[in-house]
Amino acid sequence: MTHAQVLVADTIVKDLGQGAGTVRALKGVSLELKAGELTLLMGPSGSGKTTLLSILGCIMAPTDGTLTLAGRSTAGLSAEELANLRREHVGFIFQSYNLFPTLTAEENVRLALDVRGDRGPDANMRALKALEQVGLGHRLKSYPSNMSGGEQQRVAVARAIAGRPSVILADEPTAALDSENGKAVMEKLREIAAGAQHAVLAVTHDPRTMAYADRILKIEDGRIVGETGPPDGVDTIHKIAQVKKRKSDAKS
Amino acid sequence: MTLLLAFRNLVHDRVRLAVTLIGILFAIVLIAVQLGLYLGACQMIASTIERANGDVWIMAYGNKNFEEAQPINQRARFTALATPGVVAAVPIITSFSDWKKPDGGSTTSVLVGSDAAEGGLVPWNIIQGDVTDLGARDAVIIDRTYLEDFGVSGVGATAQVNGGRVRVVGLTDGIRSFTTTPFIFTTLTRARALLQLGPDQVSYVLVKVAPGVAPESVRAALQAQLPDEQVLTKAEFRSRSLNHWLLATGAGVALIGGAILGLIVGTVIVAQTLYSSTKDHLNEFATLRALGSSKGYIYKVILSQAALSAALGYVLGMTIAMAIVLTVQRMELPLLIVMTPELAALLFGITLFMCTVSAIAAISKVTRIDPAMVFSR
Repeated sequence: MTHAQVLVADTIVKDLGQGAGTVRALKGVSLELKAGELTLLMGPSGSGKTTLLSILGCIMAPTDGTLTLAGRSTAGLSAEELANLRREHVGFIFQSYNLFPTLTAEENVRLALDVRGDRGPDANMRALKALEQVGLGHRLKSYPSNMSGGEQQRVAVARAIAGRPSVILADEPTAALDSENGKAVMEKLREIAAGAQHAVLAVTHDPRTMAYADRILKIEDGRIVGETGPPDGVDTIHKIAQVKKRKSDAKS
Repeated sequence: MTLLLAFRNLVHDRVRLAVTLIGILFAIVLIAVQLGLYLGACQMIASTIERANGDVWIMAYGNKNFEEAQPINQRARFTALATPGVVAAVPIITSFSDWKKPDGGSTTSVLVGSDAAEGGLVPWNIIQGDVTDLGARDAVIIDRTYLEDFGVSGVGATAQVNGGRVRVVGLTDGIRSFTTTPFIFTTLTRARALLQLGPDQVSYVLVKVAPGVAPESVRAALQAQLPDEQVLTKAEFRSRSLNHWLLATGAGVALIGGAILGLIVGTVIVAQTLYSSTKDHLNEFATLRALGSSKGYIYKVILSQAALSAALGYVLGMTIAMAIVLTVQRMELPLLIVMTPELAALLFGITLFMCTVSAIAAISKVTRIDPAMVFSR
């Protein structure tokens, strides 16, 4: 199966701080993300994972190097233009879920669509579908405070996929979850990636997540130091997902 | 969604919402009362000028307001009558006078003398008696608000003005004086006698111009013919009286100052609560930004919060302000607080302005927000 490139980072350099306190957080990172793939970015604390995620998500601009997202270079874009690109093409999943505590699950997802200018019955339907897709069709009116951590993270996943972005970037999506919920979230991300519409990149420390990856990038000291495939036994999970997808495609 | 998020952010912290609303409410009530008093003062100051059936006033030079008039010669009346465009010229006498109460003691009053038949300046809002009753011997009409000040019980009571006997033949309702010095209405002749003025002396000549004739042109023509008197249009005299009582005496400045103080205090309270609310929700705003929202979208949320606070605070503030206005009206105090639809609309505008200005600090905080902070939690 050929996957389309949706994100290309080429020799990304990022300096943080100013003057004598400047630290080079990224030292020439290059990578590609393809639709239909779940990529893990793993590395120790301080290796530059979050900085790289910020740049790939168009939250930060690189000091040097180029980033191309959905065919568009981010070079020279203003903060607002980066926000536009992010809105159109990036879905985020955060470690602490970052849901709006005053909004229900459905409203949280609708808000992400509203930000994009998607309003009305169609947007409501998409929010509903996204929540059903993560198995929360029955918790539409629940507030985050009444949901478990796993459910909250699934709402965050629904929020990320509702806008049908090209890339989904997840920051430690399982870090705050127990193994059962972590597994459920990773299965969802695996399923989403298998849909071939999105490229999924998850920054993680959690070795349990490796089983769901198509590729694992290792980052150390601001550099990608290695790329591996999934460890032994992963094919089983991968294949199960592919079989499931084929079945689903056949039904529709 | 911006409105929904703003509303939920507001009601999420009820204590803070209560503080915000109390701040707005306090400001609105203070501004409403101060501006209501200011408007009331304007009405009281200008009421005689507005009610007088004329377009141009002839008076002594340096006359600063209606009550404190120096006498002029009645010849001005005939000059006016001979001026093209003039259809009537009515003499009016007005002066401070001393009202001696039947049971002892006295109070200062403003005696207004004008003949009802000439229709210059006659009492209005008469609730007992009739303006024609002024034709009776010693007749005067006073306002019922000041009965206690005058020490009389109503129609039929007698007293003395400047030593001359007067008898109350009628009562008006709501003719209040800004100086709290009550008006006494009587005929021109009786006023002249009570004030011991000469037969040619009057305080004003009130000129009515023919329909279609500009009062300004008649004023200019009269001024040219009456170099020893001052001639003002109704608007000019009104403005001069207001300037004197409200600005020269500082009374209006105090009222406007109170209103401005209310505005400042309200703005500070709302700004503080809105800022702290924004600070509390900073991570949510950073999340919005990370999700790709424009800054404008976030400003809309904050401004919606401000507008919702304004609307809620306005309703509560106006409810209390109206209760104060009605209570003051019911108590028949000499002061007048006026609430008009225009003032209510202005107050809403002020509330919105106050809340919008209050949002500036919060917006400036959000402007500097770094969406990357969503990764640091």
